[in-house]
Amino acid sequence: MLKYLGKRLLRSLLTLVVIVVIVFVLLRLMPIEGYFNNFDKLTEAQIENKLREMGLRDPLIVQIFDFFVDLFHGDLGVSNKIQVNVPITEILGPRLPVSAALGSCSIIFSLILGIPLGVFMAKYKGKFFDKFGTLFIVFIQAVPAAVYYIFIQHFGTLWTDASMIYNEDVSWYWWLLPIFSMSLGNIAYYGMWVRRYMVDEFNKDYVKLERAKGASENRIMFGHVFKNAFVPLAQYLPTSFLNTIIGSIYVEHLYSIKGMGGLLVDSIQRSDNTLVQAIVLLYATVGIIGLILGDLLMVVLDPRISLGRKAGDR
Amino acid sequence: MARIPKGYKDFKAVELEEKLLQEQRDSLTQEDFEVAEFDEENTERIGYSNYSYLKSTIQQFRKHKVAVFLIYLMLAMILFTFIQPLLPNQYDPNTANKYEQVIVDKWGNERVNLTTASKEPPYLQFVVKSWFVELGSDEGVVAHYKYISDKYTKEHKIKVDEKTADLALYKEYTEMYFEEHGKFWLGTDKIGRDLWARIWSGARTSLFIGFAVAIIEAIIGITVGVIWGYVRKLDFILTELYNILDNIPNTLLLILISFILKPSVRTLIFAMCLTGWIQMARFIRNQIYIIRDRDYNTASRCLGTPTRKILIKNCLPYLISVIMLRMALTIPGAIGSEVFITYIGLGLPTEIPSLGNLIIEGRKLISVPNERFLLVYPTIILSIITISFYVIGNAFSDASDPKNHR
Repeated sequence: MLKYLGKRLLRSLLTLVVIVVIVFVLLRLMPIEGYFNNFDKLTEAQIENKLREMGLRDPLIVQIFDFFVDLFHGDLGVSNKIQVNVPITEILGPRLPVSAALGSCSIIFSLILGIPLGVFMAKYKGKFFDKFGTLFIVFIQAVPAAVYYIFIQHFGTLWTDASMIYNEDVSWYWWLLPIFSMSLGNIAYYGMWVRRYMVDEFNKDYVKLERAKGASENRIMFGHVFKNAFVPLAQYLPTSFLNTIIGSIYVEHLYSIKGMGGLLVDSIQRSDNTLVQAIVLLYATVGIIGLILGDLLMVVLDPRISLGRKAGDR
Repeated sequence: MARIPKGYKDFKAVELEEKLLQEQRDSLTQEDFEVAEFDEENTERIGYSNYSYLKSTIQQFRKHKVAVFLIYLMLAMILFTFIQPLLPNQYDPNTANKYEQVIVDKWGNERVNLTTASKEPPYLQFVVKSWFVELGSDEGVVAHYKYISDKYTKEHKIKVDEKTADLALYKEYTEMYFEEHGKFWLGTDKIGRDLWARIWSGARTSLFIGFAVAIIEAIIGITVGVIWGYVRKLDFILTELYNILDNIPNTLLLILISFILKPSVRTLIFAMCLTGWIQMARFIRNQIYIIRDRDYNTASRCLGTPTRKILIKNCLPYLISVIMLRMALTIPGAIGSEVFITYIGLGLPTEIPSLGNLIIEGRKLISVPNERFLLVYPTIILSIITISFYVIGNAFSDASDPKNHR
């Protein structure tokens, strides 16, 4: 088990390093305006000086090495546009918990709503509820999230008479709107897979045996089928993490929530290179941690999956 | 039908049967009893099932009435995006249709203003009109309206504070304008660009992006996937590479590439294809891996068939339906990604209308009931396109599953 875990972590670390290098190299291709807040006023010599000072004229290998050393010390550089010369860690510090809280709330929310959706769709397969659910899933999966987020924000705030964007004195239930928006994608995702796995499980022999023994439908449903169907679902947890990231980019910007996602959009629009770099790295890390968690969860839930082999690997 | 009682005999039928048998017997000649010649071709002829995978898939797909309808709808829509600019009375999607407002002051000096004031949809501001304000006349403040075009010249004089008269005149002029230039079917945006033309132009862009991404991903994905699955030596390296690349969140790479390169259709396609092919390759690899060592492939290898031919003739036809499925699902994905990229401010410039930038432009007007249509119409078209491809893709996936074939 430890061997597998070590291997998995090592691989993830390697992936992270690769991502850092890719992001780093790609961002060096950016126009250099993104490193200055007063580019137009500077002379060429000043620009050159500043770039040298920042180490951007060093060979790429040295730059990457320096970056890793700084990263190790928790130093991500300073912002150039959003908040001039403020260390990025200080900008991100208060925002990170907001995004993390929003993201985890949304995952919990989507589990609470998505799983029953799938269970009931499987239970009433072919009936009205199933068709209605399928319609919902198709809509959410096919239509780009931006579209329905916009409508939810507008009509949601209109009906509840709440404020369109975040401000200091919003009440706790105001948060339901952004969280619900963020969860929609995952609700549809879970609903779809729960339904599919449960329908698959229903066709298995042990269900027939249970029926023959006279077990009640509910007992079969929740005592057996659901338990088995839930295991492969853990596999989709990583995707949920990634979905949450995308959701948060939209939602935080729409509702002006002071989190990471909104900041990413802002820093892209104002081309603040260092900040974009830092946020992309953070999101990549979150995504990878999500993937590891998904793998581990699956092992914990299903004793049949041994740790040496990754599920689905041939 | 009446029930035939037991023991009933239709004598006529019996008679007919006997007659036929007799005729048959009579027609037999001596030749029929001779031993037939040995025919080599006939020995090769054996019983076979006329089951064709592709045919059954199509047959199964046809049963999904909704999906079939949507396929025709999509074909019609794609065709229409190309036909639309050729139709009569169409506006250019990028021309800002402005009207000329000539203000004449009381000394008779003319000033030309280009105005794009918006009223209710369809916007009425495209009237070529001129007005001047008479100050200090007996009737109060009076405005002179003038409609000038190649065809008509009309003049009206009304009091400025009579808003309704103003609007009525406005409408009258608009009708005249429409008569000459054609209608704005869906109104215009703030600066007077025809929404109808922009939606179809945008749909063309978005569909082009979707199809281009789907095709490029398929080409790269299939090539890599086939090599990955078939060549044993490469399996380890490519799998390790996959494990690393697959962990990179696609969205972030999409953002990064769009951030670095200049926004254009090509950039978007490039950014989307950069990561998308990996999934396709992985999928093809798994399939090839399964069928690589099936008996018929081993036989082909033993008979000295070139590898390329084995892959193209033996393996790929087996995969065609799944490839189609993935392509059908890539299209709504790519269209959605375009909206996302436009949302975060890295999308196409407004001179290249796409459904993404139409929606994001319209987003700002959601709270203005009169102008909400700028968001609603593109949204409807976009939803129809994405949902159609999604449903078609899923129906195809169900139909391509041999378990569902009879």
